[in-house]
Amino acid sequence: MGLPWYWTAIIAFAIINFLLISASVLVYAERKVSAAMQNRPGPNRVGPAGFLQPFADVAKLLLKENIVPAMANPFVHSLAPFLMVAIAMTAGALIPFARGVVIADTDMGVLVLLALTSITVYGVTLAGWSSNSKYSLLGGLRASAQMISYELSMGLAVLSVVLMSGTFNLVDIVEGQSGGMAVLGWNFFKNPIGALLFIVTAFAETNRTPFDLPEAEQELVGGYHTEYSGMKFGMFFLAEYVNFFVASFFIVTLFFGGFLVPFEPAMISIFPSLDGSILLGAMQIGTVLLKAGFFAYLFIWVRWTLPRFKYNQLMTLGWKYLLPIALVNVVVIAIIMTVMQYL
Amino acid sequence: MFEDYIPFFIQLAIASGLSLTLLKGGELLGPSRPNRIKIMPYESGMDPVGSARQRYSIKFYLVAMIFIVFDVEIVFLYPWAISFQDFLAAGVGLEVLGIVIVFIVILAIGLIYDIKKGGLEFD
Repeated sequence: MGLPWYWTAIIAFAIINFLLISASVLVYAERKVSAAMQNRPGPNRVGPAGFLQPFADVAKLLLKENIVPAMANPFVHSLAPFLMVAIAMTAGALIPFARGVVIADTDMGVLVLLALTSITVYGVTLAGWSSNSKYSLLGGLRASAQMISYELSMGLAVLSVVLMSGTFNLVDIVEGQSGGMAVLGWNFFKNPIGALLFIVTAFAETNRTPFDLPEAEQELVGGYHTEYSGMKFGMFFLAEYVNFFVASFFIVTLFFGGFLVPFEPAMISIFPSLDGSILLGAMQIGTVLLKAGFFAYLFIWVRWTLPRFKYNQLMTLGWKYLLPIALVNVVVIAIIMTVMQYL
Repeated sequence: MFEDYIPFFIQLAIASGLSLTLLKGGELLGPSRPNRIKIMPYESGMDPVGSARQRYSIKFYLVAMIFIVFDVEIVFLYPWAISFQDFLAAGVGLEVLGIVIVFIVILAIGLIYDIKKGGLEFD
């Protein structure tokens, strides 16, 4: 990274603001999409077509009282939402938005990504434990059991990508998908089972329906954030939306060609001046946003379409189906690679 | 080597700053008028019965223990995954693949044993 540190800081600040704004857009999108699916208007009073509703909600949450329940541990009670938001925002540093536009271009990007997803489990567990409420404790325990169960399959799905790319660097993983016709070089076409596993586990890791048991309101009230109010609750809410948006970016980066524009080499051979130009960078950012936007829409779509799993179904799916499938997937890919080497 | 991570820590610092601002902003801007009923943990409108820090099902501990075992075993696979193409290029791919398959089979036997023992039954 040749940039001086203050430029990095400015870009990092910009990306965090981008994530904040996209979170509010996603909250709005979720409410509008769910309204459309349930044949009702949704938010339509604040601003044009209700677009300013999320901002009004943030102002409301900021001005609400922060209630810490009796016997709760006040430090841990604040630490949990702090961890959730800080970690969700930090993961944005690893996303390659365009060629050369990534904050932390490290050789260990994949490992840092897995480490960050693991820390989110702490936020949820601490929130459940510190509130001194039975609903919160059960919600937190369920969430941590669920997240660690699916983390194994997620680790193996990522492992299959690392196996094919031979690198932990997320930018190199994206560049490694540039072969083939237009989109056929994407890891999704080389490793469809790994891609599906990663998408399913991403839903489970971000606690989205059909894996939102930690906050199953019919049985656990609000789950791990039952005892949170005001902005602390808002922070969990923000972290949820940032988490699934960032997860969409990682689905795109690992399996759907990241910032690669389809037919990019062909376009460069026709217009040689395009190579390395700002226009190409803008096209790459547009491409990655379009792809990630599709997966963010998928997260919302699934939430309002599928019912929730039962807890034993969730554990059975994670341990008895996804984990063996992920192991077999890794072995099969390694065997195919070896066979191709010796042919 | 470490220089690569400086941007990452800058992002972490700014993200923590934002998180802290939201936390403190909510505390400063919001009112604070606690009373006994308000700070009572929610228990469907009843007065809370006993402490919430109770014993809970051992199954959660079991899941955590099994997770540790499998997670460490998967971590062992990462160095293999990243260097497998080098092994293939060096012409020892078949031997390395054999070793890893033995490792994964042992891991799978552990998983099958655990499922048969009912360690993952949540009913």
